[in-house]
Parts: sequence; C-alpha cells; structure tokens
Amino acid sequence: MKLRILHALCGLTATLLACSFANGATLILPDTIPAGSAFSIQTTGSGTGTLYIFSTGHVLKRDVQLGQTTYFAPGSLFISGHYLAVVTGHSFTETGSFDVLPETKPAQLSFIAKPSRLPVGLHNGITGAVYVFDTYYNLVLAPTLVSFELAGPSGTIQKRDEMAHFGAVWTEMDSTNEQGNAKFVARAGDISSSRVVGQVPGDPCGLRMSAQRSSQQVQLVTDPVRDCHGNAVPDGTIVTFTASYNGLQSTIDQPIKHGTAQITLSAPTGAMFSVASGVAMGNQIRWEK
Amino acid sequence: MINGRMLAILLGVTTLALILIGTVWPVPSAAAYAGGERLVRSSSTPESAVATLGDQLRAHAWNKAYNSFANKAQFTQQEFEHDVTGHSSSLRTYATLEQVDVTPLHESDHDAEIRVKMHWSNVVGSSESSRDLHVVKSGDHWEIEWPIVKEAIVPPQVIAVNYLRWDVIYRGAGDDWGAQDVEAPHVRIIDMHPVQRAEGLVILGELLNEDVIPAYVSVTATLLSKNQSPLAAEGSFDKISHLLLPKQVTPFLIAFPNTMLSDVGSIRMTPTSVLVAASADPVIEIANQQLNPTPGASLTGQLINQSGQIVNVAHVLGTFYDKTGQVVWVDDEYIDQPLLPQTPVAFEIHIPHDLASNVSTQRTVVATYSSEGAQ
Repeated sequence: MKLRILHALCGLTATLLACSFANGATLILPDTIPAGSAFSIQTTGSGTGTLYIFSTGHVLKRDVQLGQTTYFAPGSLFISGHYLAVVTGHSFTETGSFDVLPETKPAQLSFIAKPSRLPVGLHNGITGAVYVFDTYYNLVLAPTLVSFELAGPSGTIQKRDEMAHFGAVWTEMDSTNEQGNAKFVARAGDISSSRVVGQVPGDPCGLRMSAQRSSQQVQLVTDPVRDCHGNAVPDGTIVTFTASYNGLQSTIDQPIKHGTAQITLSAPTGAMFSVASGVAMGNQIRWEK
Repeated sequence: MINGRMLAILLGVTTLALILIGTVWPVPSAAAYAGGERLVRSSSTPESAVATLGDQLRAHAWNKAYNSFANKAQFTQQEFEHDVTGHSSSLRTYATLEQVDVTPLHESDHDAEIRVKMHWSNVVGSSESSRDLHVVKSGDHWEIEWPIVKEAIVPPQVIAVNYLRWDVIYRGAGDDWGAQDVEAPHVRIIDMHPVQRAEGLVILGELLNEDVIPAYVSVTATLLSKNQSPLAAEGSFDKISHLLLPKQVTPFLIAFPNTMLSDVGSIRMTPTSVLVAASADPVIEIANQQLNPTPGASLTGQLINQSGQIVNVAHVLGTFYDKTGQVVWVDDEYIDQPLLPQTPVAFEIHIPHDLASNVSTQRTVVATYSSEGAQ
C-alpha cells in the first residue's frame, strides 16, 4: 500500500514538473512583418515542438527545436492580414499573433471603367474605380495618390487627382464632345492601367427634312442627321416619318443610310409631314404643291 | 371470381359494341375530321350548303369543297387552297379552323348572300376572317360561288436593298476569365402608367433604345406592397416589340390579373436588353392609320412591305394616348397572312369601349419575322 502511494506521488510530481517546464516555453514574435519579406520566430524552452502559423487562406507548419530561432525565407508569408502562431509539444501549447502588412508601394492597379460606351457630352457620365495592390495583390492600405486622365479622340484631356484610402479610389469624368474612342488612364507612381471608352453620338438635334415631288409621289429627305455637338448620327438609327391628312395617318420607320433618311410616299395636297427620331422631334411640312 | 370474369367479359363486349356503332354510324363531324365519306349534310338550303363547306374546310377536304363550287371553272383547286390557307408561309398556314358561323344576308328563290365567319386558332392566339358568299340554286340543291382572291402578283423587278445589318462577335469560351464582352445596349423607360381594369392591374408604358446598336428588349414589373414586400412579378411577354433598332420606341403592356392597384405600394420596373445581330430591313410602311369611334372603336390601317423579301409574320402594336399625351392603352394584332413586297395588308386593333372616348392620338409600330433572313 505504501509503495502504491509512493508511486502515485512520484507520478504527480513528474506531471507538475513537466507542466511547469512547458509553461516556461514562450514565443517571441515580431509585431508586424512586411508581406513577402524574410522573418524569424524565437522560442524558449528545450526539446522539440511544432510551430503552426496560419490566417485566412494560409498555413505554415515547421518542426522546431525549442530555445532556438526559426527562420523563414522571403515569400513565405505574402498575404496581408492577422496571423496566429502556435507552438505545441507533447503536453504544452503556446500561442501568439502578429500582422503581415502590405507593401506601401503600388505594384498593380485594378481599373474598372464604366460604361464602355456612352453618348458624347455627358456630364459625369464616365466612372473610373481603381483598387491599388502591391506585388502580392494585397490592397495597399496606405494613402496613395492616383491620377486619372481621359484623352478624347481629338486629344483634349481631363485630369483628376484622387487619394486612395484603404486601397480604393474612384472618380467621374465627362464624356467629350467628339465621337470616337477616348483613352482613360489611371496612374499611381510609375504604374498605370488604361481602358478605352467608346463615345457615340447623342440624340439627333435640329432634325430637319425637306419635301419634293418625285413623279406622282412626294419624297421626304432629311438633312444630314447630327447630334447637338455636330457628330453624325450613325447609319441604322431609326427616323420616323409621319404623314397626316384628313384624319388618316401614315408612318414609316426608316433607318438612316449614308447620313440621311429618306422615303417616298403618296400624299395629297394639304398633307402634313412630320419627322422624329427617338425622343427628338423635327420640323413639320405642309404639302401645298 | 366468377363475378369478376363476368364483369370483364361484359366490359369487353360493351366496348366492342360501342366501337362497332361508332364505325357504322359515326357522328358527322367526327367522320369529317377523319376524312370519311359519311359527311352528309344536306345542300337543300343555302345555309346548309355553306355549313357543309365549313365542315369540308375544317376537314381539309379540298377536293370535295372545290367540286361543289358553281364557279370552279374560274380558278384551280390549288388557287382555292392557297386562298384559304395563304399563299406564302404565314400564321394562317399553320392555323386550325375551329368554328364557322353562317349568317344569311339575303335570300330569294334562285340565289342568296351568306356571310361566313371563320374562327382560326394559331400559335399566338385566335383570329377571324369572313367572306360574303353568293349561293345559287342548281336543280334541287344550292351551290356556292367562291369569291376567289388570287395571289397578288408582284411584277418582275429588282428592288435594290442596301440595308444595314449589325453582326456581333461575342466573347468565346476560350477567352480569358473576366474578358469583357460588348456592353449591353442602353435602354430607358420613357413612360409608365398603371391602369386599373376590371380584369386586374395593367401597367402600360414605352421603352426607348437610346443606344447606337440594336437591342432585344423585355420589361419586367414587380409589384411591392405598402411595406415594400414583393407581391407579384410579371413580364411583358409578347405585348412589346422585342427588337429595337437605335432610337426606336416600343410600347409595352404588363398584366396582373386579379390584382388591385389599391393594394400596391410601389412598382419596380426592370427593363432588360441584350445585344443581338439585327437587320434594318425590311422597312414597313404603316399607311392610312385611322382611329374609328365607338361603337366598335378601333385603329385600322394598312401595312406595306417596302422591301423585296416576304414578311411571314407581322405583329402590329398600337399605343393610344389621351389629350395630354399620356398612354391610356396598348393593344396588338398578329397579321395571319404574309406581307408581300409592295402589297397592302389591312390590320385592325380594337380599343376597349370604355377607353375609346379618352383616346386622342395613337402611334403604331410593327415587328416582323421573315423566314428568309434575320429580323
């Protein structure tokens, strides 16, 4: 009986000693680490253990000798965020945490320009949004100056300088008055990204037609159809001609061909012709010939 | 067990007896549909002669119908068939004659005028057509003079068509993930107006393609209750012209049957547009449009195909406005005959009688489909 009690006391003592020894093993961690750089982690104690480093989407595992420094090569940790470090042995666990910070210098720009096609002369019609990333596609959290530049087809340039906060910035630009492709560039430091925005003519402006006799019929022809900035409205745009007489009405949706739209129709003297395209109204003609 | 066998034998004998009766003495209409010879309807009166013709048309008994005409020397059987079913492929070609109404207009001892109204059903609904038939007495029976409408002859000619066409190259399966496709056309609802009708809530409006490319469009409306929870959602279905060329406007109508406007807090409209390949041809003139007053208020007019290709299906949509220019009604009609080049085809869109007095102006658009080409 005495022998059994002695064995039990010895076991308890050994366990307490092991626990007190394990509590003495600690992790010495850096507060922050630049993304992708080399770093080291110091442990105290003796014996062997396993070191885990993990965060969302990233895990490292190393067998370590307690009491020594463990080195990690450049690129071992490159995703920015908060990391948890855990060292474990047979009967102990010790934890700590540190942050991996993104680089402060931009290396990549994600540039979204909307829309890719819009009418000319639209105030704040173009939106550009930029996300600033470092080499490892971490959002650059430090304030970063981003320059936006929109060059119109004739070379006119609009510029905006905006400060990116927490990796994101956006701006608005006016579409220029000339139809054609505009080049939209976002630049941060020596990094740039460009997009092409198609600027198309707007609604017809000052839509005007003329009428002339053509054999036994009347030919209605529009002047070259242009928008309010003088751009030729593209072929295929629908122009609606209407002829009204004595309570009857005839309409024809005719596409523009070679810059103008024209129809030939039968109409008696006194008929009223009108022309429209979309929401734009044109002139009216009373046929008296 | 014995009772079960007896019941089975009894059922079998009864079935055989019914089959025998149906075969020997078939119902006349069933015999007509089956193409049998037992279609016996007397031609002893003008009405019965026309009714017999109706049965023959429903049964596609072209030969019998043709041989019964008094004026068959004036046209061939093929011309008669084309007159009834259409000369070119159209909705009428694939329609079924459901019912024939016979109305006497005038009758004497020797001849009679009978109006026959034919009710057709096709893939987009129903349609009607009517003919006034002259029926003459020949001996002890009556014969019909079919008022043949021969196929319009388009004179040999060359119609120069330098129409515009939009082709689209979409992003392919092999393109990088995230590769940008061509942006969808920009469309805008330029008018929207809910109307309470006896059958439910109707949302009327107009949609504009404000882009420089063609668009396939549709509109969806979601009714929200007063606490902004969705009540119902419906689309415009075919009450819209789906293909919009640049700067083209279409009306739309969305129906919510058995729904009260007073239960609706707000309406969320969602226009959708998809870039599609399209052609600016054919151009259709909508001529002689006229608003006809009540009773029987309607919009009538003619469609004239100004292009060289045949239009197989035409869908006419009328938008009706009040004096202030607000949309008060939208309605449509499918034309069940083809549009031949330069050949006028009449249309008629009926206006609800309770709205007719509010209608001041209208705008008509036409959507077309040609089996020969894209549209």
